[in-house]
Amino acid sequence: MSKILIRGAKVLGGEPQDVLIDGAVVAAVGPDLSAEHAGSAEIVEAAGKVLLPGLVDLHTHLREPGREDSETVLTGTRAAASGGYTAVFAMANTFPVADTAGVVEQVWRLGKEHGYCDVRPVGAVTVGLEGRKLAELGAMHDSAAGVTVFSDDGKCVHDAVIMRRALEYVKAFGGVVAQHAQEPRLTEGAQMNEGVVSAELGLGGWPAVAEESVIARDVLLAEHVGSRVHICHLSTAGSVEIVRWAKSRGIDVTAEVTPHHLLLTDELVRSYNPVYKVNPPLRTERDVMALREALADGTIDIVATDHAPHPHEDKDCEWAAAAMGMVGLETALSVVQETMVDTGLLDWAGVADRMSFKPARIGRAEGHGRPVSAGEPANLTLVDTAYRGSVDPAGFASRSRNTPYEGRELPGRVTHTWLRGTATLVDGKLT
Amino acid sequence: MDKQGPHNPSPSQDQHPTPDARPVLEAPDIARVLTRIAHEIVERAKGADDVVLLGIPTRGVFLAQRLAAKLEQITERKVPVGSLDITMYRDDLRMHPPRALARTEIPGDGIDGRLVVLVDDVLFSGRTIRAALDALNDIGRPRAVQLAVLVDRGHRELPIRADYVGKNLPTSLRETVKVLLAEEDGRDTVLLGAKRTSQ
Amino acid sequence: MQRHLISAADLTRDDAVLILDTAEEMARVADRPIKKLPTLRGRTVVNLFFEDSTRTRISFEAAEKRLSADVINFTAKGSSVSKGESLKDTAQTLEAMGVDAVVIRHGASGAPYRLATSGWIDAAVINAGDGTHQHPTQALLDAFTMRRRLVGRDAGLGQDLNGRRITIVGDVLHSRVARSNVDLLHTLGAEVTLVAPPTLLPVGVETWPCEVAYDLDSTLTKSDAVMMLRVQRERMNAAFFPTEREYSRRYGLDGERMARMPEHAIVMHPGPMVRGMEITAEVADSDRCTVIEQVTNGVSIRMAVLYLLLGGNEPAVTHARTTEEK
Repeated sequence: MSKILIRGAKVLGGEPQDVLIDGAVVAAVGPDLSAEHAGSAEIVEAAGKVLLPGLVDLHTHLREPGREDSETVLTGTRAAASGGYTAVFAMANTFPVADTAGVVEQVWRLGKEHGYCDVRPVGAVTVGLEGRKLAELGAMHDSAAGVTVFSDDGKCVHDAVIMRRALEYVKAFGGVVAQHAQEPRLTEGAQMNEGVVSAELGLGGWPAVAEESVIARDVLLAEHVGSRVHICHLSTAGSVEIVRWAKSRGIDVTAEVTPHHLLLTDELVRSYNPVYKVNPPLRTERDVMALREALADGTIDIVATDHAPHPHEDKDCEWAAAAMGMVGLETALSVVQETMVDTGLLDWAGVADRMSFKPARIGRAEGHGRPVSAGEPANLTLVDTAYRGSVDPAGFASRSRNTPYEGRELPGRVTHTWLRGTATLVDGKLT
Repeated sequence: MDKQGPHNPSPSQDQHPTPDARPVLEAPDIARVLTRIAHEIVERAKGADDVVLLGIPTRGVFLAQRLAAKLEQITERKVPVGSLDITMYRDDLRMHPPRALARTEIPGDGIDGRLVVLVDDVLFSGRTIRAALDALNDIGRPRAVQLAVLVDRGHRELPIRADYVGKNLPTSLRETVKVLLAEEDGRDTVLLGAKRTSQ
Repeated sequence: MQRHLISAADLTRDDAVLILDTAEEMARVADRPIKKLPTLRGRTVVNLFFEDSTRTRISFEAAEKRLSADVINFTAKGSSVSKGESLKDTAQTLEAMGVDAVVIRHGASGAPYRLATSGWIDAAVINAGDGTHQHPTQALLDAFTMRRRLVGRDAGLGQDLNGRRITIVGDVLHSRVARSNVDLLHTLGAEVTLVAPPTLLPVGVETWPCEVAYDLDSTLTKSDAVMMLRVQRERMNAAFFPTEREYSRRYGLDGERMARMPEHAIVMHPGPMVRGMEITAEVADSDRCTVIEQVTNGVSIRMAVLYLLLGGNEPAVTHARTTEEK
């Protein structure tokens, strides 16, 4: 197999290094590998760029099967490669729901065939996401897809008994339940964050307590049954406090934040533009700052995109009728650079930790989230961090365009992505 | 007031006389011509016992009130006087932002079967009077309608003429005529000046 | 004024006073034998109602017809919110027929704002009530009624409501009338107090330019006008209050309470009233209650708004308001 020599890249933002890829693995990392390998390897000049381990997204909606009009495994994984990801966890709220071994294997196989990034299906916790009856969690784990993360995302596992059982049951095979924390009764008819802006706009309020009360309950349940629990898309300062408290108590809880909750606030809803409609809703400036701080200090473990593609017509309408969600795979790293790196809250090693090492560990994605060193799988992402440009959805690889960042200037651009030594993105272009 | 004049897309330019404007009628002249018009009305209306005076806002209303006072002196009878706002009947509504409305006040006994004398300060294109006739049509059916103006400056664009004229004032389209009245402007005078050119 | 009328909060004090003054002149047209003006001849206005509201639609229709506009009524019964793009499609279909203005009533908060700002259509948009957001012409007709009663018909011309104390009672949470009134009355210099059980006040109300109280009796005695909001019986089932009786006892206006109001004070209601719930028949039928006047005034206010938005080549100009002022 061919060799690739990446020259002068700042590995995890550190001193410039040469990195040699041989086949599917990193063969060598050193200050100057040119003399030895320049003749025999394809050269990628990376001076000034940052080399990261391939990013891992624990929270992606690929929509296939069922909503191929918004995204497919092919278009979604192309978007992932374009954003620097080498593995994504595909959420279970498809049609049919990924609540059987058959559906998760289909999604896993499609990802494998297309080859843009590894697709790790997430299995539903309950049949049909209905919150009443446990899905065959073990069968999904034992399938070719090897499911380790289970979630009813989009819906909350609100029944305390079902949640307790799920937390206990998946211990048998090292699985984890990822909870979409949303108390259903408190969010009936909810359209946006409940507060000053919702009061003025007359849109149904989505109180922070609807998220926080479920998180509080679930960390206590996890403690009680000795399981680990993962909390999807934290969006409030109060949620941060609860997770911080739980961790201090030694509860095995991990948490994620989306890029959009690190940047955007509910003030944007004043436009009534449904591109800002998302679940959980955009919160206040105070929440945004608390989330950034929590991601920096490790209270929040990872960044996950909650990439949620929707066709144009589902957003080109009045607010109440619009679908919730934003695409995020292709802008995630830029938003994290803007909100965390350029603000001095996190260095690039920290970004590698929150967007690759830890999500891979939580999801047990083997071969991903590994250090950039000799002998490791060559899952790598090269980032031009000096780049600044405005977001143009027309250039997205995703089938959908529902980004809240259209026209916004953001820093950083992924130029190369390698999946086990095979380039999926070269000079910003998909292979 | 905004008189609809020819080639005058923005009446606001016409509102204020230029500093070099010169008076063509002074206060005593105005008083004299109003007295004359009052006498003419009595004469032509054969005693003026069914006359209703309707002034066109803003300054036509004050002139109508002054005429009414003079008619009362002459006839020793109360003469009904009111106002007729023509804003919503203008034919150039679509050419400008909408303006604030003025009051239409029809005297208690109405205008049906009466001789309505419309009173305005300046007669120019005739479009204001056309609008006033339309407005009257929605209010009642007078026996006859006549028109009294303080100044007729010519340049008619419609087949309209005044029955009573204070002063015929030949003007060019480059000139502007401005009537000032004590009730609104603090003094009585009629000014003739050059039209301001928009920069 | 802006090209559209979406929210009472968009109106400056001068805009609002101009509308009230214009409505005062429009009201006089109703006293004439021929209740019609040629002002909007050749202009087409569509009443696009996605929510049943016969009284608001009829009021707009009467105003449009008195100004000689061509009127198209479009009622989408049962609403098409479930399939959202129909708002866009419907609006574009109507505009293709040459509509100059769209009067829209919609169950979704923000639908008129979307219609005015999304680039779907060019016509002027007038909000006739959207969800629990805004109902600006209602607030204008309420202010008009207050100014007539509290300041005077002619004495009120050019005046605002500076220093008048207005109390709004009832389901503020679900009320676009309350939101619009708080915005407009504040702009006009009035002092507004909202009275409701805490369950029927939105979280965030503390930032509104008004006072909030939970007790009706203590505010009644210092009110120049008391506006009762409709309280739907169904709210009881969602635990906003325990029973209808308890609600009426604590927040309903009966003859005894009305007697404690200052002598000049008036009782208002946007209608339709739920007699026996927020208001007793005795109060509703008393001459202090302005419900019928409000309906009459609604036509004058809507004529004024239509004239000022559509009567010229651009909306009427008062002083230009910068975005910083908003």
